[in-house]
Amino acid sequence: MSKKSINKITSTTVPLQEQNVDTDQIIPARFLKATSREGFGENLFRDWRYNSDGTPKKDFVLNNPTYSGRILVAGMNFGCGSSREHAAWAIKDAGFDVVVSSFFADIFKNNALNNFLLPVTVSEEFLQELFTTIQNDPKATITVDLEAQTISNAPGGKTEKFEINNYKKTCLLNGYDDIDYLLSIRGEIENFERSHA
Amino acid sequence: MAKTLFEKIWDRHVVTTIDGGPSVLYIDKHLIHEVTSPQAFKGIENRGLEVFRPRQIVATADHNVPTIHQELPIKEELSRVQVQKLVENCKKHHIELYGLGHPYQGIVHVIGPELGITQPGMTIVCGDSHTSTHGAFGSIAFGIGTSEVEMVMATQCLMQSKPKLMRINVEGPLGKGVVSKDIILYIIAKISASGATGYFVEYAGSAIRNLSMEARMTICNMSIEMGARGGMIAPDETTFAYVKGREFAPKGAEWDKKLAEWKELYSDKDAKFDVEINIDAAEIEPMITYGTNPGMGVSVGGHIPASADPKALNYMGLQAGTAIKGKKVDYVFIGSCTNSRIEDLRQVASFVKGRKKADNVEVWVVPGSKQVEQQAIKEGIDKVFEAAGFNLRQPGCSACLAMNEDKIPAGKYCISTSNRNFEGRQGPNARTLLASPLTAAVAAITGEVADIREFI
Repeated sequence: MSKKSINKITSTTVPLQEQNVDTDQIIPARFLKATSREGFGENLFRDWRYNSDGTPKKDFVLNNPTYSGRILVAGMNFGCGSSREHAAWAIKDAGFDVVVSSFFADIFKNNALNNFLLPVTVSEEFLQELFTTIQNDPKATITVDLEAQTISNAPGGKTEKFEINNYKKTCLLNGYDDIDYLLSIRGEIENFERSHA
Repeated sequence: MAKTLFEKIWDRHVVTTIDGGPSVLYIDKHLIHEVTSPQAFKGIENRGLEVFRPRQIVATADHNVPTIHQELPIKEELSRVQVQKLVENCKKHHIELYGLGHPYQGIVHVIGPELGITQPGMTIVCGDSHTSTHGAFGSIAFGIGTSEVEMVMATQCLMQSKPKLMRINVEGPLGKGVVSKDIILYIIAKISASGATGYFVEYAGSAIRNLSMEARMTICNMSIEMGARGGMIAPDETTFAYVKGREFAPKGAEWDKKLAEWKELYSDKDAKFDVEINIDAAEIEPMITYGTNPGMGVSVGGHIPASADPKALNYMGLQAGTAIKGKKVDYVFIGSCTNSRIEDLRQVASFVKGRKKADNVEVWVVPGSKQVEQQAIKEGIDKVFEAAGFNLRQPGCSACLAMNEDKIPAGKYCISTSNRNFEGRQGPNARTLLASPLTAAVAAITGEVADIREFI
């Protein structure tokens, strides 16, 4: 997986107006047999996206040419269920850099952050306004600014601040990951082991 | 200062805390399996690292293994490669593997406790969301993603922000036919599938205290189904008696030392929780789910709520306002890290003995581990199942997530003792009704959703 930093993203969006989207929908278990991190995008939302004969389901948003972009907007409790990081890999592999929801399941949020896929938590009110904007104008662009911790609903629309801890923000802006940091304090970890044996 | 059980263990494992950021949490035990580990091993190798503490890792093959003819090579190529990769990676990195054919092989959350690997006061992680199971011993145990698996392999640590704390007190005696699975399904139905997101949950109260260790594991196991980071129960005499004498449990003087430490693991009287929920055990009836997340549950004698999500009901082929009792089912699955332990099998067998399965159902019993399987055979439980027309298979995760060939066909109804009823979880378009082993057993005999209380 190529790592890259994230800063400011302005893009059209793909609206997924479903709540409690679980990781079994994002990537069903039968597609978890690969031993590499690549290629999961192909089966993103597999059973919502394709019929059992492999033909696309026309009414599913990912099959609708009206919608495209690097920002996925979804209902509350996105990414609940299984801890499979394959869910974050699949979304990233399908070309998304940001997922917006009114809240995320914990494990998914960590998995996303560890893959430079930015989970942006907004208020339920802001989320609904966002869905309305996209419905009215599928080509509306949304801006997510990590440095400023803001998300702006289409030009002229509302802007909301979002939370992210400073450590993670620094990692994302600079392309660092947790392992880099943990390796840098391995001496301290060894001391901890000695004093807690 | 008064501390919660969680805080006592957490504080003892913090290596350092980043100012305004997460803590570096030391991990005592790391459990791995074939599905979420290969990319982590590859990551370690790409960085030119070795596994930092291989002796603190235990591996097994469970998610993707067949549950018949485990002695033969795995037919499906991708599954075979994935399981083989685990064998190679463990060998290369000197990690203990209880793979296919090993007498200790089984579902990762079944073998940890039964081997005495899981102990009170530990931090335990695994690339699987049901790692919360191990919290039943009074440990901090939670599921992680593959990047985090890689972190633990590289440094035995994780970057973690301290979660908020919730305590759920269940008080009073349980009603007839009500078991621990009903308690947790009731709690999730009450607070919803996202009601504990951001929290670590401690389960307390007399109804929890009176449960066996295996029953406690069932409760902690499903903590993630209400969004909780993990669940835990303070260790007590029941816990100590369960751990004592197991293969990897402390022995001799080490046991005495550990036991003294474990006895300090409880939430102090004045400890503060962010949220506290009180439940009267008398309110809990045998439960069943009707929808597509574990929060969509009712008592077996109840009706599907008028307000139920239409999309979920459409998927399930059920109608709002109707009774769930009497609904015909096609499959019964008794297994998974939630309910595949020997007590579960005993409970099912004691009801089923002398009875036969209904003609319209196929019944799969998948033991949680080789040890559970062997114990069942020793007790003659296999014969009870055979006489009832049940299919006793070999250990693995099986139809809980349908990664192997154990899939429920499209449109069919399955009463399952597992933990998730998500769309397609047990196979594309399969319809899952979550329930206890007792409710699954009575469904196997009657061929429909039935109330166990009318039969015992």
